[in-house]
Amino acid sequence: MVKNNDKVIGQDAVVKKGWLIAHKWLLLRRLSQLSILSLFLMGPLFGYWFIKGNMSSSLFMDTVPLSDPFVFLQTLFTGYLPEISVVVGAVIVALFYFIVGGRVYCSWVCPINIVTDAADWLRRVLKIKTSLSFSRMGRYGLLVISMVLASITGILVWELVNPVTMIQREIVFGMGLSWLFIVAIFILDAFVSRRAWCGHLCPMGAFYSLLGQASILKVNAINRSSCNDCMDCFSVCPEPQVIKPALKGKAESSPVIYSGNCTNCARCIDVCAENVFTIKHRFIN
Amino acid sequence: MNTPSNKSLQSRRRFLENISKAAGGAALFGIGLGLYSQQSKSLPSTAIRPPGVNNESDFLSACVRCGLCVRDCPYDTLKLSKLGEHVALGTPYFDARSIPCEMCEDIPCVKACPTGALDPELTNIDDARMGLAVLIDQEACIAFQGLRCEVCYNVCPIQNKAISINRQRNNRTGKHALFIPVVHSSDCTGCGKCEHACILEEAAIKVLPTKLAKGELGHHYRLGWEEKQKAGESLVTPDLEHKYNLPQGTEYDYEGKGLIQPDETPFNESALDRLNKGRL
Repeated sequence: MVKNNDKVIGQDAVVKKGWLIAHKWLLLRRLSQLSILSLFLMGPLFGYWFIKGNMSSSLFMDTVPLSDPFVFLQTLFTGYLPEISVVVGAVIVALFYFIVGGRVYCSWVCPINIVTDAADWLRRVLKIKTSLSFSRMGRYGLLVISMVLASITGILVWELVNPVTMIQREIVFGMGLSWLFIVAIFILDAFVSRRAWCGHLCPMGAFYSLLGQASILKVNAINRSSCNDCMDCFSVCPEPQVIKPALKGKAESSPVIYSGNCTNCARCIDVCAENVFTIKHRFIN
Repeated sequence: MNTPSNKSLQSRRRFLENISKAAGGAALFGIGLGLYSQQSKSLPSTAIRPPGVNNESDFLSACVRCGLCVRDCPYDTLKLSKLGEHVALGTPYFDARSIPCEMCEDIPCVKACPTGALDPELTNIDDARMGLAVLIDQEACIAFQGLRCEVCYNVCPIQNKAISINRQRNNRTGKHALFIPVVHSSDCTGCGKCEHACILEEAAIKVLPTKLAKGELGHHYRLGWEEKQKAGESLVTPDLEHKYNLPQGTEYDYEGKGLIQPDETPFNESALDRLNKGRL
């Protein structure tokens, strides 16, 4: 195995494929994240109400309701029976992520991802090494806690502290102190523990992991035979544990990354000089 | 022999250690968060919920903090609570002193709510109960000084019903009247236009959460005059004629006639007459 401590991740890919191709998916994701945020801001800033509300629940083109299924689930756990509009909205959004992959929300939509990606980039540039690591199961624990607390207290407890909904709400509706959470998450991810928030703690990510377990769209290590063990994909992946079974599995095993934890961010496709990975539907083996 | 190897014992120990660490952390975190959530239920008294919120707890279980009510409010009355404010994070409220509710007839905020946290059964804005206006400082209100103001009375959208003017004697001058505004909870929607319009530096009339503003009579109380009206007659047993220990021959009439003397007293005649009457 090549020691990649001193190597810039994705350098081989940049040399071989060119900078643009080696950053294609990253750029597309940033474009997606920023355009979704801009769409929400078009109304309050310029009066073009393509989409009204925020990512917890919104109205698209004044007709289609779109609601976050995680927030919706909390409402159900409080024992409240909501009106039809939010139910329809949550079903639409849940179906979408059920097909394209639950954590597509995390890597293509959620604005926090920009913060945590930046923290990870800084970690790599400054070669920050920390030993503290949270369990990747922690997020499922928090998911359970958020639902249990909702049913005990009868209020949406997690939404009192949820940095994800809080930050994008305050971006759209006016900034309070939620920027403190941006700073805190950045520090946590950069200086305390790698990928601590999105990969270990965020219950929303855990929820979307479960939702996308059976999604159609999956990253596929289709050319795994040409892997040269440069380890760049492992270094760049926010959930590196999902790659191994597909990339390094036995010959008869499937090259599809089945894990719901995979965010379909496709960074592995970018950084791979050998074009091992691709995004395909899950039925190609 | 079936003894577990040293290695598997170690990994089991590590597993149990990890699980208990995670469980302990989760329990502590959960308790903290749970307690914080209880605190968040206490709405500051100056924050007023939009129309259609019947009960703060129910509202907090239903509202997804999407802000669609805020967007559809034509007067920018409503705002979403930001981190650092004392209203439960992300939920809509308004401050009557800055911008009151204009009580739109079509209630766009309630229509915009996707979850029903703002009760869709509220179709007549006059039925909204966002809070209750209270003339809280009678010392500062200039009406109590005998000055004419009545601004709150005049801006009230449910005029002469939610706030009426009660004329009282001005004891200072001895010859003028005080024009005292009186709020009636039967009609006040808590829109806050009175608080907004109050001419004082700090409003003397304020919208408070109904729970804070309203007293409640003990349920066993019956108001005699109301019961009498309902029943069409007095429910109390009428007075019976009372038996007094009165001098012989005198009577007492309870209907206000007082003591009734007999026509003739026993001692105004001669002893012979008495003998003749057979009283001796």
